[in-house]
Amino acid sequence: MLKEKLLELREQAIENIGSADGLKALQDVHVRFLGKKGPITEVLKGMGKLSAEERPVVGQLANEVRKMIAAKIEEKKADLEAKLLEMKLESEKIDVTLPGRKTVTGNHHLLGSIIREVEDLFIGLGFSIEEGPEVEQDYYNFEALNLPKDHPARDMQDSFYITDEILMRTHTSPVQAHTLEKHKGVGPVKVICPGKVYRRDNDDATHSHQFMQIEGLYVDHNVRLSDLKGILTVFAKHMFGADREIRLRPSFFPFTEPSVEMDISCFRCGGHGCNVCKGTGWIEILGAGMVHPNVLRMSGFDPSEYTGFAFGMGPERIAMLKYGIEDIRNFYTDDIRFLKQFNRA
Amino acid sequence: MLVSYKWLQDYVDLQGFSPEELAERITNAGIEVEHISYPGKGLKGIVIGKVLTCEPHPDSDHLHVCQVDLGSETVQIVCGAPNVAAGQKVPVATNGARIAGNVKIRRSKFRGVESNGMLCALSELGVDKSLAPYEDGIYVFDDEVPVGEDALPYLNLDDAILDLDILVSSAHCMNMIGVAYEVSAILDRPIQLKTPVVNELDQAADEKVSISVEASDKVPYYGARLMTGIEVAPSPRWIQLRLIAAGVRPISNVVDISNYVMLEYGQPLHTFDYDTFGSDHVLVRYAGENEEITTLDGQKRTLTPEDLLITNGKKGVAVAGVMGGENTEVSDATKTVLLEAAIFDSLTVRKTASRLQLRSEASSRYEKGLDRNRVALAADRAAELLSLYAHATVLKGIVESGDRTVPDQIITMPWQKINKVLGSDLTCEQITGILKRLNFAVDVENDVMHVTVPTRRFDVTIPEDLVEEVGRVYGYNHIPATLPEGTSSHAALTPYQKIRRRTEVLMESIGLSQVYTYSLTEKESASSYVVHDKGLEPTQVIWPMSEEHAALRQSIVPQLINVVQYHLNRQMPDVKFYEIGKVFLPVDGEARPAEEEHLAGVISGHRKERNWEGEPLAVDFFSVKGILETLFDTLAVSDRIDYRASRRTGMHPGQTADVLLDGEVIGYLGALHPKVQKDSGLNESFVFEVAIESLLRNGEAAIDYHVLPRFPSTTRDIALVVKRTVAAADLYRVIRENGSQLLKSVNLFDVYEGSHVADDEKSMAFSLVYFDPERTLTDDEVNAVHEKIVNACAEQLGAELRG
Ligand SMILES: [Zn+2]
Repeated sequence: MLKEKLLELREQAIENIGSADGLKALQDVHVRFLGKKGPITEVLKGMGKLSAEERPVVGQLANEVRKMIAAKIEEKKADLEAKLLEMKLESEKIDVTLPGRKTVTGNHHLLGSIIREVEDLFIGLGFSIEEGPEVEQDYYNFEALNLPKDHPARDMQDSFYITDEILMRTHTSPVQAHTLEKHKGVGPVKVICPGKVYRRDNDDATHSHQFMQIEGLYVDHNVRLSDLKGILTVFAKHMFGADREIRLRPSFFPFTEPSVEMDISCFRCGGHGCNVCKGTGWIEILGAGMVHPNVLRMSGFDPSEYTGFAFGMGPERIAMLKYGIEDIRNFYTDDIRFLKQFNRA
Repeated sequence: MLVSYKWLQDYVDLQGFSPEELAERITNAGIEVEHISYPGKGLKGIVIGKVLTCEPHPDSDHLHVCQVDLGSETVQIVCGAPNVAAGQKVPVATNGARIAGNVKIRRSKFRGVESNGMLCALSELGVDKSLAPYEDGIYVFDDEVPVGEDALPYLNLDDAILDLDILVSSAHCMNMIGVAYEVSAILDRPIQLKTPVVNELDQAADEKVSISVEASDKVPYYGARLMTGIEVAPSPRWIQLRLIAAGVRPISNVVDISNYVMLEYGQPLHTFDYDTFGSDHVLVRYAGENEEITTLDGQKRTLTPEDLLITNGKKGVAVAGVMGGENTEVSDATKTVLLEAAIFDSLTVRKTASRLQLRSEASSRYEKGLDRNRVALAADRAAELLSLYAHATVLKGIVESGDRTVPDQIITMPWQKINKVLGSDLTCEQITGILKRLNFAVDVENDVMHVTVPTRRFDVTIPEDLVEEVGRVYGYNHIPATLPEGTSSHAALTPYQKIRRRTEVLMESIGLSQVYTYSLTEKESASSYVVHDKGLEPTQVIWPMSEEHAALRQSIVPQLINVVQYHLNRQMPDVKFYEIGKVFLPVDGEARPAEEEHLAGVISGHRKERNWEGEPLAVDFFSVKGILETLFDTLAVSDRIDYRASRRTGMHPGQTADVLLDGEVIGYLGALHPKVQKDSGLNESFVFEVAIESLLRNGEAAIDYHVLPRFPSTTRDIALVVKRTVAAADLYRVIRENGSQLLKSVNLFDVYEGSHVADDEKSMAFSLVYFDPERTLTDDEVNAVHEKIVNACAEQLGAELRG
C-alpha cells in the first residue's frame, strides 16, 4: 500500500520537476516532495504500522525515491541555471565593431629618429656620444679646425656672429676639438657628436638657417683611411640597405687631409640611374677624411703618433633622400600631418 | 672654371677619352666637373660661304641681296645685317639647316626676292649674346678658311666645355696649364708646354721705366714689360673663340691677350696705356686714408691704408689685383703699353675686392693663390702674343722688384707613411710613379723619400698632402675597406642621455609629439616665458638675416605657441607638443650665454574627443600637471618636487604654478593668459617648461629594492572640512608629517564644495594606507596614528572631521 503510494509520489514528482519553468517553481517542488511536512516524510511516519519484514523494504524504497527526486531536482536546477546564464549572456551582447578607447600617442620627430638610429649604430661600434655648446668661440669653431682667421674658406657673412669672437656654431666639428682637448693627448678618442648648427642662410626648400649635423671622430694609433671606408660601409648598409655600396671621392675640407666625399649606390635604382641620383647611380651622403695634423696638434695630440678619421653628415639630407622629402622647412614647421607619417622611422 | 676640351688638347693628348670620360676621370680624382656643355648642340647645315656680290634690295633700305659661294653651288641669300659686304667669308645656314633654338632655315622670299639660307651672327649659332663680339651683325672670318666646309669646327662649335668646380684646394687648376698638369697625371700622358719666344729690341725697358715697391711685404714681386708700336684691333679668331669658350667677352687684341694669358697661365696681367701713365716711374704703396681713384668702370672708389695701390709716383693708376684706373686704360688710340705681371698678397686683395665689391677673374686668382714661378713666363707669353697680333715691339727685359722665382719645396717623409695612412699596400715604385705622373721629382733614400713639389702646387706643403695626392690619383676605390684594429673600446649612453631618451618616450606615450623649432627668434619672443627672468637682454646676433631670427631664445614656450597657432590655422585644434632643446640664458658681463637644456610642452583643445560614449573633455590645468607628475614619477624625483602658485607674465594669474626641485624653482606650468590666447587667436592652452638638465644632471638615484610585504596593510578614509583657502598641498604636508613611518600612502579622492558645507569651506577626503613591514598592525596602533593626524590637521589647518 505504502509502496504504491511512494511509486505514485515518484511519478508525480518527476512530472512536477519536468514542468517547473523556473528556479522558484523548482524550489516549490523541492519543498512539496522533500520538505519536512512533505508526503515522503508522511509515508515514513506511517511505517510504524508495517510488519517487521515490510518496514526495511519500504524504508529503503522511500530513501531511494527521496534520492532520486533530489537528483532530478539538481539536474533540472543545473539545466535551468544554464538556460538563465545563456539568456543573460545573450542580453549582454555588444557591437564589437564600435571603436575602442585607445590611447593616442605622440610622434617622435623624424630628425630625432634618424639621429637616434645613427647614435645606436655607432654606440654598437664603440663610439660614445659627445655634445657641446651651440654658441661657440671662434677658436673652436674655426681656428682649432685649421681655419685660421684669414682663411679664404671663412666668410663672416656665412655665420651668425654674436661678437667678433663668439658665434653660433656653423658645424658640430668644434665638439671634436673640445673632445680631443679633454683627452689630453691620449687616445683612443671615439665619439660621434650630434647637434644643431647654424648658417647665415635664407630659408628655402633646400636651405635652412638652422639644421642638424652628426660628426664622427676616431683618433688612435694607426687609424687608416681604409678603416674610415670600412666604418662608412657599415653605416651606409645600416641606414640605406644591405646591398648598398660606397665610393669615396677626393674632396676638400680644411680640417681633414686627405678629404673625401662619400657616395652610396642609389637605393632607388640600384645604380642604373634615376631622378634620385640624377642619372649617375650614386648619391652624395657625407664628407669625411683623415684628421689634419694641425687639428691634432692644436688639440694636444702628437700627429707623428696618432692618426684619425672624421666624418660629418646631415640628418635632414639623409631623411630627405630616404623618404623623398621635398622641402627642408618641413622639419621645422612641425606640421603634425608631416610628423605622423614618420612615427615608425 | 670653364675648360675647353679642344684647347686642352694643345697640352695633353686626349685621344680615346670623350669629354664625358675625361670629366668622370677628373671628378674621381678630386675636382668636380659640375657640368659639360656642347656649344654647337643642335646646329646642322652651317657651312662657310663666301659673299661674292652684295647688292641693295630693290624694295628695302636695309636688306641686301647676296650671291654666296657655298663651294658646291652659289645661292642667293637676302641678308639684313648692316656689316655684310662682298668678299666676306661668313657662316651660312643653308636650306634645311638648324640654328640656335632649333630654328629651321627654309627657302623663303623677302619682299619678293628669293633667299636660300641665312648669313649668321654668332648669337644665332648659340653663342651667348653677352660674349659674342660684333653683335651689330654677322660673324666674319678674318683669315683663310675653306669655302664650302662645315663651319662649326672653325667656330669651335664642335667643342665641349667642362665646368670645373674650383675650391681653395684646387686653385692650381684655375688656369689651362694647371688643368693640363692635372689631366696629364690622371691619364698618365705627358704634358706638352711651349716656352714663349719673345723677340726683344736692344733697348732695355729699364732705361724707360723704373719700379719701386714700398709695400714689399705684400708685394713679393712686381714686374713690367714695356711695348711700343701697338696697333689696337680685334684679336685673331682663335683667341676670340677661346675667350668665348672660357666665358670672357673679346674686346680688343691688347685686352684679349692679357685675359688669354691669365686663362692659360693663371697669372693676372694688367695693361696700362703708357702714354697716359703720367710718369716713368711705377710706385707700389698702400693707399692713403680716403684716397680716391676712378676705376675703369667709371666708379669713384675710396680706399683705406689697407689697400694696395699702383701709382705713377703721385696718383693711383690701379687698385692692385682688383681693377685698373680709368686714367690709364688702354683705348683704340693706345700705342705704348706697360704690362704688369705681379704677385700681390692674397688676403690683401681679398679684403679690398670684398670691400669694394669688385670680385673679378683676376682678383679671385690672387685670392686663391698663384704659381710664384710663372709670373715672368706669363709676361713673356703676353709679349709674344702682342708682337704677333698687335704689332708690339718689345723692349728688352722685365723691369722688376722682388724675386722672380722662389725655390720649389721639398717634402721628406717615409714612403710607407702613404700606406700607413691610406691602409693601402702600394710598392715604393707605385708611389713614386704616381708622384712623377704629377710632375713631382722624387728621390728615394732607403725608407725615406724626398719629393720636390713645384710651386704651381702651392697647396701641397706637408706629408699628408702627398698622402692625398697619391690616394686620389691611385683612386680611393682601389683602397680596401677595413675595420679598425686599434684599442678596443666600448661605449654607452651617458646617464643623462639615457634619461633624456626615456623622457622622450614618455612624452610620446602620454600623447605629446616631438617638435624641433628654431633657436633664433624675434627679440621680443626671446625674452618671454623665461623660467628665471633676470631682466637681461637676450643674446643677439650681429647680422641677422631677418628680425624673425635675430635673438636667442630663453624659453621654448613661445615657439611652441607658434606651432599650436599654425595647427589651429589649419583646422587642427587638438594638439599636444613637446620639445627638448637648448635655451640661451644671458650672463651679465659676458657675450656668451649660458646654455641649458629644457623640456617644454603645450597642450591645447581636447584631452578626450567627442565620441559615441559622450561629450568631449577639454584639457585643463590638471592635464598639464599630470604630464609633469607622470614624468617626475618615472624619474623617481616626485618626492623632491613641490608646486607653488605663482604669477608670470603671459600666464593666467590664478592657474600657474612654479615647479620646485629641493626648494629651487626649475620650471613652471599653467594656463596661458586669456589675453595672450585672444591676441594669438588660440583656444585655451596650457604649457610647461622645466630645466630638465638640472633635474637630471646627476643621473638617476640608485634603485632601492624592498622585499615584498608579508603582512597586510590597513586603509582608513578621512574627510576633512577646511576653509577654501587651505591648499591640498598643506593637508598632504600635515598628514605626512604626522603619519609616522606607518603611513605608506595618501590619496586625495574627493573634493567637495556645496550645500553640505559652509560657503567658504570645502571638504577633502583622503584615503590613508598604514603598513608595517614587520608585522600586522592592530586597530589600536592605527587608531593612535590616525587620531594624531586628525588632531594635527585640526590644530594647524582648522580642519574638522566631516561627520
Ligand atoms: Zn638612382
